[in-house]
Amino acid sequence: MTAPELKIKDLHVSIEEKEILKGVNLELKGGEIHAIMGPNGTGKSTLAQALMGHPRYEVTKGDVRLDGEDVLEMEVDERARKGLFLAMQYPSEISGVTNSDFLRSAVNAQRGEGNEVSIMKFIKQLDKKMDQLGMDESFANRYLNEGFSGGEKKRNEILQMMMLEPRVAILDEIDSGLDIDALKVVADGVNSMRNPETGFLIITHYQRLLNYIKPDFVHVVMQGRIVKSGGPELAERLEAEGYDWVKEELGIEDETVESKA
Amino acid sequence: MSIDTEQLFDSQAVTRISQSQQEPEWMLKRRLKALEQVDQLPLPRLEKTRIDRWNFTAFDPVSVHDPVSSSEELPEEVQQLISSEEEDTVFVQKNSSPIYLRLAEELQAKGVIFSDLATASREHADLVQKYFMTDGIQPEEHKLSALHAALVSGGLFLYVPQNVTIDIPVQVVFWASGKGLGTFPHLLVVGESGSHFNVVANFVSDPDSDAVINGAVEVFAGDNAKVRIASLHTEEKETTEVVYRRAVVGRDADLEWIVGDLNSGRTISDNTTHMKGNGGNARIKSITVGAGNERSNLTSTVRHWGSHTESDITARGVMKDQAQSILNGITKIEKGAVRANGVQAEKVLMLSREARGDANPILLIDENDVQAGHAASVGRIDPIQMFYLMSRGLSRREAERLIIFGFVGPVLDTIPFESLKKRMTDVIERKLG
Repeated sequence: MTAPELKIKDLHVSIEEKEILKGVNLELKGGEIHAIMGPNGTGKSTLAQALMGHPRYEVTKGDVRLDGEDVLEMEVDERARKGLFLAMQYPSEISGVTNSDFLRSAVNAQRGEGNEVSIMKFIKQLDKKMDQLGMDESFANRYLNEGFSGGEKKRNEILQMMMLEPRVAILDEIDSGLDIDALKVVADGVNSMRNPETGFLIITHYQRLLNYIKPDFVHVVMQGRIVKSGGPELAERLEAEGYDWVKEELGIEDETVESKA
Repeated sequence: MSIDTEQLFDSQAVTRISQSQQEPEWMLKRRLKALEQVDQLPLPRLEKTRIDRWNFTAFDPVSVHDPVSSSEELPEEVQQLISSEEEDTVFVQKNSSPIYLRLAEELQAKGVIFSDLATASREHADLVQKYFMTDGIQPEEHKLSALHAALVSGGLFLYVPQNVTIDIPVQVVFWASGKGLGTFPHLLVVGESGSHFNVVANFVSDPDSDAVINGAVEVFAGDNAKVRIASLHTEEKETTEVVYRRAVVGRDADLEWIVGDLNSGRTISDNTTHMKGNGGNARIKSITVGAGNERSNLTSTVRHWGSHTESDITARGVMKDQAQSILNGITKIEKGAVRANGVQAEKVLMLSREARGDANPILLIDENDVQAGHAASVGRIDPIQMFYLMSRGLSRREAERLIIFGFVGPVLDTIPFESLKKRMTDVIERKLG
């Protein structure tokens, strides 16, 4: 398998006719970790949702390619089967569907018909990953995210990522609502997947996650665009000084898109 | 509007039915009395479903078939519904005729009665007289119950004596076959005090049958009895099925209904449980899946008479295409049923814009010192849930399937018999296409 390559070109995205992303450009390769940072309301999550194909987000302009293939042409499930994964900020709760049944269906969907994983092998793998994430065995038989605490949902997203082994994993504020121990567990999970065949796009507005997951590139989003990019040192400076200096440097007064009428 | 049933079924026809089955005189008298009432009584009144143009009377009410000596002589589709184990207890009726009956020897020795109704009315007249269409369903309720009482043929009587336990579910099949026919299946189940047993009843038809099925299920759970009864209906497209199910629950008895209203034609399904004895507990679990142009009106009723009685109705409906289904849940707590607790939840999932599904929860309470609760919802599949599942690579179809089976899970997942669960799952899959 070759290293993945995600290319985002001039991406414009609207929700209910209001433009949120106003031309995002980004290139990401296997083995790289990119952090997308920025204050609330600047369009970070919109980028994540639009890449995955959330029904409420409309792409009005631009191009997204995964390994040269047009992602925006694909249905949500096809994007997933091509290796795109989004760990969601607010995962849905699905009553009556157990975590393990769901995960097995997802793993098999990716492997394709006639190549299904054996139940024994699946359970073994699931046990191992759950153990790694410090999840109690009972999670396998609980209904998907139903009644899970915020932290449990986040772990469950990472569990899914580890089971599905995506080519490009997008983590949308996976650190929000996690205490420091849970954060370390989640970070260990991500780090265990670092390899040349997986690229990460990590969306966060705190630098704290990046203490545990070292990014190769850091991008700052304001007003629906990437306004500044750099290496890990950029995240450190943001942590120390906040975002005001970036705004000053670029002459931005209101960095948000969503609050403006 | 009136249906002139007199012309179709006169007292001579009814007498012939009774005599051909060698019924005792009292049974014939009951039939003739019911026949008189057919013309006087109105059709049952149903919430939000018009049935005045449904065919309830234009058919030949008798279609006789020879018995088979082994279950292997039954067609493949019917064999699939029953087990071939010699020690199992099985009854199969084709149209008017019981064609196969097998009672485990061990149960016979324990005094279990398992025979067609006509035979039972001769050999166990006291029991049949006491229970057959008396406290369960009564002929005078409406035109259709009177019609049933007048024209019933075949039928099964299961009697489980005091403190007898039957481990393996008793299996029953009512099979409608052919065109222009009316069938009148009747299942009468009496469990004496302390008895424990399960019954799985299947109501099926051939794919091309346009039968009018007017059936009844009566269940009596004596004091301390523990009875579970599954009633699974998979009648085909051109059929009309009316089924009245009644249960009377004794003191500290435990009754569970598992109802699969999975017909493809027109259906009236009315399930009423009377909590007569103090301390009884009943759970009513039902699933319906509507597809094509199906019409159904499905009612689950519990009436609490005894004190400290508890009931729980859980109904799930999935509707697609142009199907229409009315789901009614009625919990009635009578004066004197102190400390009764009745809860119910009806939920409908709509898969198409043209389908119609109504969930109507009704609580009627005539006693102060009680608990009761209800919940009802009609909704569509949440697009955000679909997005979530599909974002893990599941196809739209597979994602929908997971959500639907998750939705009916509270009923389906609690079915204790694997073979029944599997069959219901298969039927649901088939109906959802």
